[in-house]
Amino acid sequence: MNPVVRWETVSFHYPGAADPTLSSVDIALPEGELCLVVGNTGSGKSTLLRTVNGAVPHATGGTLRGRVRTAGRDTASHRPRDLADVVGMVPQQPADAFVADTVEEEIAYGMECLGVAPDAMRRRVEETLDLLGLAEVRARPVTALSAGQQQRVALAAAFAAQPALLVLDEPTSALDPPAAEEVLAAVQRLVHDLGTTVLLAEHRLERVAQFADSALLVPGAGRPPVVGGTAEVLADAPVAPPVVELSRLLGWDPVALSVRDARRRAAALRLPAPPPTPRAEAGEVVASARGLVARHGPVPALRGVDLDLRSGEVVALMGRNGAGKSTLLSCLAGLHRPRSGRVMVGEADPARLRRRDVARVVGLVPSEPADLLLADRVDRECAAADREAGATPGHTAALLAELVPGIPADAHPRELSCGQRLALALAVLLARAPRLLLLDEPTRGLDYPAKRRAADVLRRLADDDRAVLLVTHDVELAAQVADRVVVLAEGEVITDAPAAEALAASPAFAPQVAKVFAPTPYLTVDHVRRAAREASA
Amino acid sequence: MSGLFAVPRPLHPLAWWGWALGVAVAASRTTNLLLLVLLGAAAGYVVAARRTEAPWASAYRVFLRIALVIVAIRVVFQALLTGSAGTVVLVTLPRIPTPAWLTGVRLGGDVTAEALLAAVADGGRLAVIMTCFGAANALASPSRLLRSLPRALHELGVAVVVALSAAPQLVTAVGRVRRARRLRALPHRGFRGALSIVGPVLEEALDRAMTTAAALDARGYGRRSLVPAGRRRLTTVALLGGLLGVVLGLYGLLDGSTVLHIGQWAEVTTGTLGPVLVLAGVAGCVVGLVLGGRAVVRTRYRPDRFLAAEWIVLASGAACAGLFLATAALGGPASGLSPNPWALETPGLPPLAALGVLCALLPAHLTPPPPPTRAPEAA
Repeated sequence: MNPVVRWETVSFHYPGAADPTLSSVDIALPEGELCLVVGNTGSGKSTLLRTVNGAVPHATGGTLRGRVRTAGRDTASHRPRDLADVVGMVPQQPADAFVADTVEEEIAYGMECLGVAPDAMRRRVEETLDLLGLAEVRARPVTALSAGQQQRVALAAAFAAQPALLVLDEPTSALDPPAAEEVLAAVQRLVHDLGTTVLLAEHRLERVAQFADSALLVPGAGRPPVVGGTAEVLADAPVAPPVVELSRLLGWDPVALSVRDARRRAAALRLPAPPPTPRAEAGEVVASARGLVARHGPVPALRGVDLDLRSGEVVALMGRNGAGKSTLLSCLAGLHRPRSGRVMVGEADPARLRRRDVARVVGLVPSEPADLLLADRVDRECAAADREAGATPGHTAALLAELVPGIPADAHPRELSCGQRLALALAVLLARAPRLLLLDEPTRGLDYPAKRRAADVLRRLADDDRAVLLVTHDVELAAQVADRVVVLAEGEVITDAPAAEALAASPAFAPQVAKVFAPTPYLTVDHVRRAAREASA
Repeated sequence: MSGLFAVPRPLHPLAWWGWALGVAVAASRTTNLLLLVLLGAAAGYVVAARRTEAPWASAYRVFLRIALVIVAIRVVFQALLTGSAGTVVLVTLPRIPTPAWLTGVRLGGDVTAEALLAAVADGGRLAVIMTCFGAANALASPSRLLRSLPRALHELGVAVVVALSAAPQLVTAVGRVRRARRLRALPHRGFRGALSIVGPVLEEALDRAMTTAAALDARGYGRRSLVPAGRRRLTTVALLGGLLGVVLGLYGLLDGSTVLHIGQWAEVTTGTLGPVLVLAGVAGCVVGLVLGGRAVVRTRYRPDRFLAAEWIVLASGAACAGLFLATAALGGPASGLSPNPWALETPGLPPLAALGVLCALLPAHLTPPPPPTRAPEAA
């Protein structure tokens, strides 16, 4: 079988970089497969993907040594536009790449550029609309679609031109789980029903690992990438979904990739009921909301929400998009004045305080933590935060070092990884020592290790006599860190219960481990590890 | 209504823009308030009957507002600044003395009905032209118009569309960053606030532009077939020469009195040379565009067709403009198109121009309706 892409002793330096981002890449990608690209954030996954169509080095600059051949064409002599007929790229943020007004024009654009005959083009657009379930929205403006639909349009646009290979670089990183599911189901359909070759980088491995034919591990730090069967590669990859971690813990070989698989093997296992998790006893009430009603224009966003947040506890706020989660955060942070009802943070209503005083009691990390940052260097950012808070110089920098050690002081905040940026934003807010911390989707774009570190940080912050409320779609994160889970639906609280109870029983919010062991209420691999240790002791 | 027009479909954008241009030309020929109001109403009626439900269709309202502001500004300036001739004094504003070197400018003083009327008519003309532009926007999105550019210019059109679509994203980015500034209790209003917001927003916009460029490239934007060097040079020469010809020719058309000496043998006025140069320049441009278009490999998905309904729309716009021009040519100063504002008389209704207004109304009924945006629920 002919490889679609062949990397021959490839190495790549970004302009001005001391170390190579990629080195000694010597692999071939066979045709007709779904190949999963795994690796830590910053390991060079995106760079590797972008060498496929020549965007690296044609668009980025830098030095590429060796040779990349895509469908037999050398990318050194072919620019991305000359490879557009063999490689379909699906961008991370589809909204940035739209050129047409309506869905069907957008899908046709790539084919127009390639000069596909009009009647063939018409046929392919119709077929693609049906394949990806976009027929109902065909005449809608692309800007009026939901994020999941937009990503499906981008996928359709890349697929319609019938390239030999589709490249998807974290297509779901900006989406909530239902929308991500929608997109990944569409990808799976293209692979299984149509035999499209797909190269997919994705950090929600738990969703796709079971469908992949092979995996490509990019270890980073200059080590050569390897290709192999999904189970073998994931068995010792630095990033792994919960079922794979569970397999490692229990010594399954090959590792389980799906919940079904794991459940079958776990049936033979005798595990005791989980010991009750050591719960920090909830302290005094830091913030409370009573009968909160809020609207956005004419649309009711909250309809009578009651909520107490106590010091020492981490609360996960979940629910689908538009359920009122962000509005609740805004109300607690005093950004949004509720129609009726009462918000108390500490002894005051944040909507009636001056912003300066609000910042001393509440800290809110928005879903783009970078929005909070203004300086061009990490140390200047920390110094500015000290001045604003009236703290002793070095206070914020110390906080930051405590949260995530080893962030270079002279780095530009934009150059930091998502996790480091989150830590910096947290440190800036913590400089004023608020007792209530609110986080909007803190783990978007974080890989598994970074997510675990973020969870540890949140736990420590809560143990330090604070209340932490995080809005998240990520059930694995909620299972790891939350003491209590609150679910909102249509502006009302429909669940407010301890995490184990709320997550294990719910079909929608159950984490992978809970699904494997149901009805025994294990939530995370850590719970299983602890139980196994106690059983053997 | 005949079957031809019963099937809903969007019309070719050129037809609507041509029609709007016709109505705008008609409006530019008159200061007759009655005719201006009728023209504006006709354009509004057509928009109400034939606009789509797409987001850009709401642009009409924005343009209407701009038009009203134009009239208001014109009237205020007339009242405050330029002073008033005429006899019917409405109010007398306190006069502010101006220095000697500002003769001709007067601040305050008598405000007469005649002067205000003249200002309304003058501003009204500009306002109706604006509403015509708004109508064209509402009836056919400008990006669809750019899509029907000649092949050689198509990519320029795409670039413009992509650049324009970044504007709403900028607005949301500003909102987001301002909210974050409030969270950090930093100034988010006023000059300092604006300054601290501009940086991050621009940085983000730049990042996004890079992503967009890479994405466009990956989709085959700018693919060309191999063109022999000779033809490439010919294309450039034809296009540049043509543009130069058009520019020089327009200069000639605007000022036709200059005499050019060609050596000692002949002399020619720019007035005769102008049209010749314009025609030659246009021909050069057409040749250049056709040659350039051949190098482009792209095809077009469901191109807008130019059928009978489009011709009707175009013809009604042309007829409207033509009838106004004819009125002006036949009637001279007494045509009724530009009544003397200082006479304070009721504006008349020149029959030919009135017919022109009626022509402008035709597309409201003689065209197929736009397709509904949402498919009707399946029964």
